[in-house]
Amino acid sequence: MLKDFFSKKKHASKPSEEAKQDIPEGLMLKCSSCGKIYYREEMRKQLYVCQKCGHHHQLPSDERINSLFDEGSFLEYDTNLETGNPLEFPSYSQKLEKDQLKTELKEAVVTGEGTINGFRTAFAVMDSRFRMASMGSVVGEKIARALEKAREENIPFIIFTASGGARMQEGALSLMQMAKTSAAVQRFRDAGGLMISVMTNPTYGGVSASFASLGDYNFAEPGALIGFAGRRVVEETIREKLPEDFQTAEFLLEHGQLDAVINRHDMKKYLTTILDIHQAGGNVS
Amino acid sequence: MRQVLEFEKPVIALREKIAELKKFTTDSDLDLSEEIVKLETRLEKLENDIYTNLKPWDRVQMARHADRPTTLDYIEHLFTDFLEFHGDRYYGDDAAIVAGIAKYKGQPVTVVGHQRGKSTKENIRRNFGMPHPEGFRKAARHMQQAAKFGRPIICFIDTKGAFPGRAAEERGQSEAIARNLMEMAGFEVPIICIVIGEGGSGGALALGVGDRLLMLENSTFSVISPEGAASILWKDGGKAKEAAEKLKITAQDLKELGVIDNIIPEVRGGAHRDLASQAELVDRAITDNLAQLEKMDKQVLLEKRWEKYSNIGAYTE
Repeated sequence: MLKDFFSKKKHASKPSEEAKQDIPEGLMLKCSSCGKIYYREEMRKQLYVCQKCGHHHQLPSDERINSLFDEGSFLEYDTNLETGNPLEFPSYSQKLEKDQLKTELKEAVVTGEGTINGFRTAFAVMDSRFRMASMGSVVGEKIARALEKAREENIPFIIFTASGGARMQEGALSLMQMAKTSAAVQRFRDAGGLMISVMTNPTYGGVSASFASLGDYNFAEPGALIGFAGRRVVEETIREKLPEDFQTAEFLLEHGQLDAVINRHDMKKYLTTILDIHQAGGNVS
Repeated sequence: MRQVLEFEKPVIALREKIAELKKFTTDSDLDLSEEIVKLETRLEKLENDIYTNLKPWDRVQMARHADRPTTLDYIEHLFTDFLEFHGDRYYGDDAAIVAGIAKYKGQPVTVVGHQRGKSTKENIRRNFGMPHPEGFRKAARHMQQAAKFGRPIICFIDTKGAFPGRAAEERGQSEAIARNLMEMAGFEVPIICIVIGEGGSGGALALGVGDRLLMLENSTFSVISPEGAASILWKDGGKAKEAAEKLKITAQDLKELGVIDNIIPEVRGGAHRDLASQAELVDRAITDNLAQLEKMDKQVLLEKRWEKYSNIGAYTE
């Protein structure tokens, strides 16, 4: 019946328990925005951008690095830094271990260098699968060191940010990473270095309020949520409903907070053009 | 009415008792002076017990005390010829931050600080000391000027945090804070930052990057409020007291963690008990630290500032 077709069924799109069991874990992915179902492999080839609606899903750091840097050019920095539990915060160490197992990462940021269409560049890629890429001592230290390395080597620095904010379990030590990384950006800038920041979903709190906002160019991926305070906190504070697009990359662009919003598929070409123009300007070695 | 903190109640009760006995002694023929002396000794001991054993949560209460001296209180006691200047030149003037120039013992300085109100009316005008981007940009403007004219910068930190509002987000709260952190790392003049009350998160740090970060004995400095941490970690804002202990937000803990350089002692019972004496203690700290910093040449100053920040953090390699 046509009427049935239009009536809302509460769990229409939810697969039954039985159906779930038929699909091997992680083989299929569903676009969280439009609901289109993909094979994981197909989605991976598309850099986790939905072909139907263009939604940019979380991109694991290793796949982001592979998508941007020339094959075989990637050299990772500072692979030995280990996070401690300086405040002896309950269950912090266990949480770290769990995410290390889940992601096969040691911490929430990968730093290193490589070439993008031949242009040598230092970089940092944050990975929100690990503790929501919150900024603890190791994240701050690795980013500061990568900036120092870029300064010494006189090469550009590109950072892909993602973060829920501070690493609460490290208390003020986490807060001070904002100062450390910003001071490192200051030294890098002072030496004439080119810094490009690309904010991905989500970039909040202490990361948004430090290096993420300090690029010579600040970009974002489409639909990325970016802000200092989270939407819920803002709504509770001002007691008013916020617009649907509040804190999206497009909202920030409209409010003058970004240089451009760049589609993931265009990223390599776009960055190449910037690196090329800057090399012609003489700042990049 | 004066705000009474929970842990102070026994002290207040005993004080009232002594006052009562004293009044009785003067008003009647009965001489209770022996009794009074006894109680005064007890008060001395009680105060000592309480104020030397303050728990983190007690200090949170102290840092938030309605009568606690604010930036403008210290400015009045420590500086001469203070001139307050307004506006960020882009959008507006944020009353949650005060900034200006003054003389410190005859020497020109730039002073910047968060400013909360003491009355409800003033608190509303000053947004409870929680800045918008224009506040941070006003601070940046004055610090840039200090660097240009070679004046040391003194910052007073006293905020629950940057204001989490819609307009603040639209006008770039993150960028305003980030820019201050970066620029403060590079100003070629001595910068002394003093936490006088609450030092809440990025909004506090935005006036907190310098050569010295000092904290008053009963102030706090934290990545998130104890209430906020409790609600995120344990979905229970009521566990704030526990969060205050776990987060290590007191001056004593932060000195140990290497986050701050030194602690400025407070008068017994807290800074609000005696502003003039407290200002003297702050004065001494500024004088000592400024003397050390002014001996360094610009390059050494910046190099040491970088070293200080690059060393903060806990990791193994």
